[in-house]
Amino acid sequence: MITALLLFWPALAALLVLLIKGQGAKKVAFVAALVEFALAIVATTGFNAADGSMQYELNLPWVESAGIGFHIGMDGISLLMVLLTTFLVPLIILSAFKHDYKDPNIFYALILFMQTGLIGVFVALDAFVFYFFWEVALIPIYFVAAIWGGVNRIKVTFKFFVYTIFGSLFMLAAFVYLYFQTTGTGIANHSSDVQAFYQLALSAESQSWIFWFLFIAFAIKMPVFPFHTWQPDTYTESPTQATMLLSGIMLKMGIYGVLRWLLPVVPMGVSQWDELVLILSIIGIIYASVIAIRQHDLKRLIAYSSIAHVGLIAAGIFTLNEQGLQGGVIQMLSHGINVTGLFFIIDIIYRRTNTREITSLGGITQNAKTLSIFFMILLLGSVALPLTNGFVGEFLLLMGVYQYNAWFGAVAGLTIILGAVYMLRMFQGVMFGTKSEVTEGFTDLTMNEKAVLIPLVIMVFWIGLFPNTFLSISEPAVMNLMTIINR
Amino acid sequence: MTSIILLSVFGIINLFVGFMKSKKILLPLALLFLVVVFGTNLLSWNNGQTYFNNMLTIDNYAVAFTGIMVLTTLFILPFSQRYIDAEDENLAEYYSILLFSLVGAIMMVAFENMIMLFVGVEILSIAMYVLAGSNKRSLRSNEAALKYFLMGSFFTGVLLFGIVLIYGATGSFNITEISAANVMADGTTNTMFILGLLILIIGISFKISAAPFHFWAPDVYEGTPTLFTTFMATVVKTAGVAAFYKLMHSAFGDSITAWYPTMIAITVLTLVVGNIGAVIQPSVKRMLAYSSISHAGYLLMTIVAFNDLSDNAIFFYSLSYAVASVMSFGVLKLVSDERRDESFAAFNGLGKTNPLLAFVMTVSMFSLAGIPLTAGFFGKLFVFSAVVATGNLMWLVVLAVILAAIGIYYYIKVVIAMYMQPAGENTKVPVSSFATLVLIICTVLTILLGIVPGLVSDIL
Repeated sequence: MITALLLFWPALAALLVLLIKGQGAKKVAFVAALVEFALAIVATTGFNAADGSMQYELNLPWVESAGIGFHIGMDGISLLMVLLTTFLVPLIILSAFKHDYKDPNIFYALILFMQTGLIGVFVALDAFVFYFFWEVALIPIYFVAAIWGGVNRIKVTFKFFVYTIFGSLFMLAAFVYLYFQTTGTGIANHSSDVQAFYQLALSAESQSWIFWFLFIAFAIKMPVFPFHTWQPDTYTESPTQATMLLSGIMLKMGIYGVLRWLLPVVPMGVSQWDELVLILSIIGIIYASVIAIRQHDLKRLIAYSSIAHVGLIAAGIFTLNEQGLQGGVIQMLSHGINVTGLFFIIDIIYRRTNTREITSLGGITQNAKTLSIFFMILLLGSVALPLTNGFVGEFLLLMGVYQYNAWFGAVAGLTIILGAVYMLRMFQGVMFGTKSEVTEGFTDLTMNEKAVLIPLVIMVFWIGLFPNTFLSISEPAVMNLMTIINR
Repeated sequence: MTSIILLSVFGIINLFVGFMKSKKILLPLALLFLVVVFGTNLLSWNNGQTYFNNMLTIDNYAVAFTGIMVLTTLFILPFSQRYIDAEDENLAEYYSILLFSLVGAIMMVAFENMIMLFVGVEILSIAMYVLAGSNKRSLRSNEAALKYFLMGSFFTGVLLFGIVLIYGATGSFNITEISAANVMADGTTNTMFILGLLILIIGISFKISAAPFHFWAPDVYEGTPTLFTTFMATVVKTAGVAAFYKLMHSAFGDSITAWYPTMIAITVLTLVVGNIGAVIQPSVKRMLAYSSISHAGYLLMTIVAFNDLSDNAIFFYSLSYAVASVMSFGVLKLVSDERRDESFAAFNGLGKTNPLLAFVMTVSMFSLAGIPLTAGFFGKLFVFSAVVATGNLMWLVVLAVILAAIGIYYYIKVVIAMYMQPAGENTKVPVSSFATLVLIICTVLTILLGIVPGLVSDIL
């Protein structure tokens, strides 16, 4: 029941927000998002962390004659993703308080509506429900990015939209195929339930091509090299809130999809192609890191760093060992928190100086001490310094990759060095040095901005110091997943 | 059967009412007639009967498709407001012709005898030739009517030729008897039968604008007044596809080997031509014309699927497509009437000037593109499911998926124009309250079926 509430509350709130004229919409949206977060906390407190199976399940008939059920529920992995989503969305809305977007009611309604899509993806336990929400999450973010975005927004978001739908349609075709391989219960001959998919015993040959149909959809969303070409432009051109949603939460849809719908469904397909996926991911890590070093635009730099980080997550989960999978789950949280914070700081700087060029910035530390501290913490989290959240995830991921293949581990480990290079180079260029013309009158953080950054920074340390709070939630689910994969 | 009689009588009544001075009564009257027909049609549900010595069978299949077509006509008529405002002297004739043409359409989905199929096709086609040229002073409308008439008559001849050859081979016009004759049963090749079958397929392919017999469609759709283009893209196409489906499954189900390769070739070509052709169109109307070709392709996929899922798939797809088409053509008509332009630029800034129209158009584009939350998604899902269930046509689904992705490209162009381009000199488009109501009903229906498709997804 609470799953359904979590799922539909944002959509209902979106309708409410739509009716509010003027800038009051953002306040209502913020409160609605907080309520949603409270719901997620309630769900967490009632959650039995020792149990790796699905909890809070709800299974209603949807297209009954076809065996398609509206089946939702959460295990530890889903719960963490739901927590991440519900934690970030209020902050993302709060971060927009200083902006006066035109048509605010539509803007905030779309964000809340997208939250329904995101939650739906994370709690779906039926293939067609999953696909349904997968696309439902895309439509609002497309409009947010394409209407409120930068100069080149139309061309860029067009590519983003067509590219991602192109991938998801392959996933749909694969789901339809898998659906017909299942044996259902009741009046329907087939079932699209996740458990029915897990019980499939397909030939290695069909698993092989289904793997690619599913993988393309997820790889485009993440994005994994070489399916990443839409990403830097879209992140750069979108309004900051959309960029935060895309990088903080939406790309986790792709990773989550791999965990729930790819690895356990076609394990033989995975074992045929995992090496290639790891190679692609590691190429992506190095490639994106090197490009990030060469970037002058702050938003583009973080966009490329995001590709590098996601590459490591992808590499980790495709190792199929416990460290890799657990590392992937915890790193999804960490990356979501860090990248959201970093994009927000870039937005703060941009709003005060009207530029995102590293070369025209400098000396901000002298004026804005608090900003510098927050920036530094989030940045260190991102470069995986011990005691920060990034360290836990990257350590586990690299350990996983190392166990899979020591050479892969060694090359992927370069991400730590390269990450430090581009991040510190950025920090140096933006924050240190002499003041430039535009940073002359730079003011420190306002209350509103602190309100966004403080929760994020707390999370950086929480995950960094006590990762077990979160690892213990996902562990039974990950073990369960591994049993299904190795069946 | 009652529907056919009622529609004929109502058509005539409508003509006579047209002699009255005021044309205001005509639209409500025609709508009332259609509501009555829609209601009486539903009475035949689960109450199938044959009429005229086995010439017509009103079974659930016929009732379902008659329902779609009557409902669609009901939705289309309110967009004729401009004809009423302009006091068009032929208004009563237009309504009557539409009612009469529905009679033909119903015959096409209820035929038991190929003579009835032919009569139905003719009633529908001749009505369409007239309506295509109804804008008498427009060169393009005249061109459309002439093109449609010449091509249409030629292919009606082809259709008749096919029917006659089948008659020669099997000795019957009755589809049950043709099926029972089973001339292909013992593995023999009956040349006359196969030739007749292929010619028949060509004849109907033309009527539903399936490639490679689609070349008339973009020009005719573009030249015909938008009100009647809507009718062509919805009712005529639904009737054609439903008749095609019924014919192939009831009469030629046992001789599947004879037509299967041809049918697959036509399906693939239609999908490719429709989707690729739509990409390069400069005008929304032509884009929609090509898109309607592509949808004929998706509908044809149910014919090649040929299993127990395809009945419901073709019904659901036809319904979702018809409703979405009424919305898209309806908005196009309102916008192009006001802005005298059918290009993408005519839609610039519609999100600002007419938020409701823009929203309706967006839902319709998403439904045609098959994006979730709309009926079109489940339409595509059911059609693809039916094809996958055959077991050996996965490649066709993959092809259709790729083409559907291309489809998103041209549908989203309209959305971009509406929301992301500045309005410029475009002003608010006036919309009559009747048309607003219809658009809202269609939008609600599309979203409703996109969330709870179970309402109608397994009625056949």
